[in-house]
Amino acid sequence: MTEAPLLQLDDLWVSYYSRSMLGFAAKPFHAVKGASLTIEAGQTLGLVGESGSGKSSIANTVLGLVPPSQGKMVFDGQDLGALKTRYPAEIRRQIQAVFQDPYSSLNAAMTVEDIITEPLRVHTKMSKAERHARAVELMKMVSLNEDHLNRHPHQFSGGQRQRIAIAAALALQPKLVVLDEPVSALDVSTQNQIINLLYERRDALGMAYLLIAHDLALVHHISDRIAVMYLGHIVEEGPADRVYYQPAHPYTRALLDAVPQLDPAEQARRRAARKAAPAPDLQRVAATGCPYRNRCPLAMPRCEASMPPAYQVEGGGTAQCFLVEEQTRKGAA
Amino acid sequence: MFRLLLRRLLALVPLLFLVSVLTFSFTAMLPSDPVDLILGDTGTTEQHDMLRERMGLNDPVVVRYARWLGNAVQGDLGTSFFNSVDVTRAVMQRMPVTLSLTAVAALIAIATGIAAGVAAALYPRSWIDRLATIGATFGQAVPNFWFGLILVAIFAVNLHWFPATGFTPISQSPWDWLRSVTLPAVALGLSSSAAIARQVRSAMVGVLQMDYIRAARAQGLSARRVILRHALTNAMVPVIAVLSFQITVLLGGALIVEQVFAINGLGTLAITAVRQQDIPMIQGLVLVMVGMVVLVQLATDILYGLLNPKARPS
Repeated sequence: MTEAPLLQLDDLWVSYYSRSMLGFAAKPFHAVKGASLTIEAGQTLGLVGESGSGKSSIANTVLGLVPPSQGKMVFDGQDLGALKTRYPAEIRRQIQAVFQDPYSSLNAAMTVEDIITEPLRVHTKMSKAERHARAVELMKMVSLNEDHLNRHPHQFSGGQRQRIAIAAALALQPKLVVLDEPVSALDVSTQNQIINLLYERRDALGMAYLLIAHDLALVHHISDRIAVMYLGHIVEEGPADRVYYQPAHPYTRALLDAVPQLDPAEQARRRAARKAAPAPDLQRVAATGCPYRNRCPLAMPRCEASMPPAYQVEGGGTAQCFLVEEQTRKGAA
Repeated sequence: MFRLLLRRLLALVPLLFLVSVLTFSFTAMLPSDPVDLILGDTGTTEQHDMLRERMGLNDPVVVRYARWLGNAVQGDLGTSFFNSVDVTRAVMQRMPVTLSLTAVAALIAIATGIAAGVAAALYPRSWIDRLATIGATFGQAVPNFWFGLILVAIFAVNLHWFPATGFTPISQSPWDWLRSVTLPAVALGLSSSAAIARQVRSAMVGVLQMDYIRAARAQGLSARRVILRHALTNAMVPVIAVLSFQITVLLGGALIVEQVFAINGLGTLAITAVRQQDIPMIQGLVLVMVGMVVLVQLATDILYGLLNPKARPS
């Protein structure tokens, strides 16, 4: 870890300002509240959390679609958070994306060739023939028939469409690809193929992935590090195996309990534990304190008083939970 | 694409045939007798009978229709009852006038409608969106002849920027043609512009929320490229249907606006023909107008296929 990380987010805030009918500024909604993350070159960071946790806001900010309201974002040595305008083109082409739903993420009016060469047309000076050659190469790369380049998206299946989206994302050989729920819209048999394809391409091309998903088992399978988000906070972060096998935050544990089990007795125990925990109540989440305390089976009085800082966890990474601090203290004593 | 075009053109034949049957039978069912119209109260019964026989009005209606259609196919729409004018020539003389008025109005409506719709969709609930909405409501509510009169009062009578009435053919002087066609075209195009703006706005708002727009922006494309190439081509698909309808509306509206600006187009011809019950003229006019509408629809259908690959036969 002597090299600087590829992407570094430091205390990043993303806020949305809705306008009322009369044009007065309403209270801002903070989707991301001080997130800090690092992605090393060629590595995969899995970002998990339930819907509304702010993980897509992080994706949008990294892609330059939504400006951060506060904090620092450094990509490849350039501080992007400081840029008030759009990213410079050389940065833009280094970050590409694959989205969740391949049925709506491909432009139905364009041919496959137009879709996957569109980034080349905008970011390179390649000739039409060069772009076509690259398109053929990309089709092979994602195991699609190159004869289908002049077809339209509606002539493909969901898995094939996602391969087209991946081909478009790979066209510029980016350093970072944001994968926003890349397989959750596909059926299970196709999911594995797409995951394996992403895996192979990463190792062959040396790209880094920011993988956003809600399925911890899948994320563990492909990621080097995992970050867990809850209501805008990154509550736990660390090496994939450590987070998956020794979760430090109660919320991570709850997420792991949501992974279906083969053993019926274990499954029944987990279901009972899930029912005991109430759903998040946004109204009751106060400005201070741990955002998870209403649902946490292990909540303590001090959780209400202040937000736990990120404590170092044994085995690597951090967790924003007072229990970690108490365990560390017990271990030291 | 070529086969599609051919198939659509062939499909026009039965349609035009049906239209010709309807036009002919409606005018044939009129209670008025052409001979009475021509001779009026003057003339003896013998003269009436003679004229009737000469015009072939004693033949069965099917024979009369076949004769009329046979001539029409060869481009002969008959002769006016009143001034012995050749109907085909009269219609062809007036057609460029109405067509240029309609075309300019359509261009104005499409350009302003799309621009206003896109601007409103890009900044929903902003002042520009509100202005466009109010403008569109106004545009659709105001009758074109009234709006035409207002335009004449301001820009012709007071400011003298444009002539108040009349029409200069483009072959005579392109500049004068443009000056003479501007006010009537604006008056005619206003309501269509409003209808198009509304449709573009709603289609565009929907498209801008699609994932492929987010994907295009994430690829680092410029805002202009995202809007024009990725959003607008898709938003135009539902707009095309409205466009086809609006051009038909413009053709009909042109007949009224021509009256306001004293332009000798098909409208003046049609109104005179109807008032005089000049049956051959009415039949010819209706047939030609329907033909134009059908061609506009064919053009928009082809445009629709170009923009929407799903509508194309594979």
